[in-house]
Amino acid sequence: MSEHTADVEVDCRGMACPRPVIELAKAVAAVEVGETVALVADDAAAGADVQAWCRMRGQEYAGAGTAPDGVPSYLVRRLS
Amino acid sequence: MLDNARAVVAECLGVSPDQVTFTPSGTHAVHLGVLGLLAGRARQGDLLLASSVEHSAVLHAGSWHAARGGRFHTVEVDAHGRISPERVAAAAAAHGAPAVVAIQSANPEVGVVQPVSMVAEAVDSPVFVDACASTGRLPLPDGWAAAAASAHKWGGPAGVGVLLVRRATRWRNPFPGDERIDERATGFENVPAALAAAAALRAALAEQAQLSAEQASLTAMLAEAVRAIPDTEVFLAPGDRLPNVLAFSCLYVDGEALVTELDRLGFAVASGSACTASSLEPSHVLAAMGALTHGNVRVSLGRDTDAAEARRLAGVLPGLVESLRTRAGVPR
Repeated sequence: MSEHTADVEVDCRGMACPRPVIELAKAVAAVEVGETVALVADDAAAGADVQAWCRMRGQEYAGAGTAPDGVPSYLVRRLS
Repeated sequence: MLDNARAVVAECLGVSPDQVTFTPSGTHAVHLGVLGLLAGRARQGDLLLASSVEHSAVLHAGSWHAARGGRFHTVEVDAHGRISPERVAAAAAAHGAPAVVAIQSANPEVGVVQPVSMVAEAVDSPVFVDACASTGRLPLPDGWAAAAASAHKWGGPAGVGVLLVRRATRWRNPFPGDERIDERATGFENVPAALAAAAALRAALAEQAQLSAEQASLTAMLAEAVRAIPDTEVFLAPGDRLPNVLAFSCLYVDGEALVTELDRLGFAVASGSACTASSLEPSHVLAAMGALTHGNVRVSLGRDTDAAEARRLAGVLPGLVESLRTRAGVPR
């Protein structure tokens, strides 16, 4: 998979856990219901924790991709 | 004297003495158990199946096997970290009949007890049981062809592992081996340490029933206190669990900071979070469960942990989590 088309992209390169998930929470709170946020993060825990956050917060995890520089990107859709 | 230690350990575990070998560590016993069963089954096949939440000793043995041309696949667990006979059967259907299946008796990180005997009944292959987390606390489950335990986990000395191989099980030494009466032993055993390990196991079993009941009530009390903290996941699997382990993860909390703060207050706890001093990768157990890996704490009650200490921990946790969240600028 390549780049996501997200409404908002959050750059968390170089940030360690739990920072990327805190930034994700802020970003999702700032978009409209139905809109998406792409979290770009190279932290080893981000993949597991973005999915866990979506489950705990009732938001939709819409899959993983890769930013142009190869850093993983996680797509989240705001449901509520 | 070594036979004395062997006899005591055998009696404590409900096995016969000729099935007991002392090894230089629990990890080595795991390696000998997994790889020795695979070597004994080399003509039948080369597929090792293990649960995805096995201890790294088992996973490393699997990688070692794979690096030498064998096949190694892990089997997914549920959200509680528990394996099921159905999942093992599905993996066998997908990858072929396994030569060996490796299942832990209980998970040391989240305390879930695995349905080992049910898995063993569901498969035709020999089952290796990593019993390191449960020996001295729970009886050895039925269904093992080989099993491993570690003395320091039951309060014995470090540097003593126990390998069990059932009679009539085909086991071959996967390593160079030695010219000993016991083909599974390499080099001379540490006799004083083996005796100390045997004495410690007998002592652990003598107090096991009462201690387990006390620890189960303390972990239940702690779990209730942690559940009251907002945005926190407590890993308390339904059904059988280790009585002395309680793990939980706090959303938006830095696991390293939480461990450090608890240490400052006199509580030595572990963490499965990444970004801690001991690891840059999150716990493979928490990740396999689909659990939150950051802000993770694992409380292991010792035999000396009393109710007052557990209550003090329950008392400080909510404020500590709140202050770490505030410090991190978490949106409320």
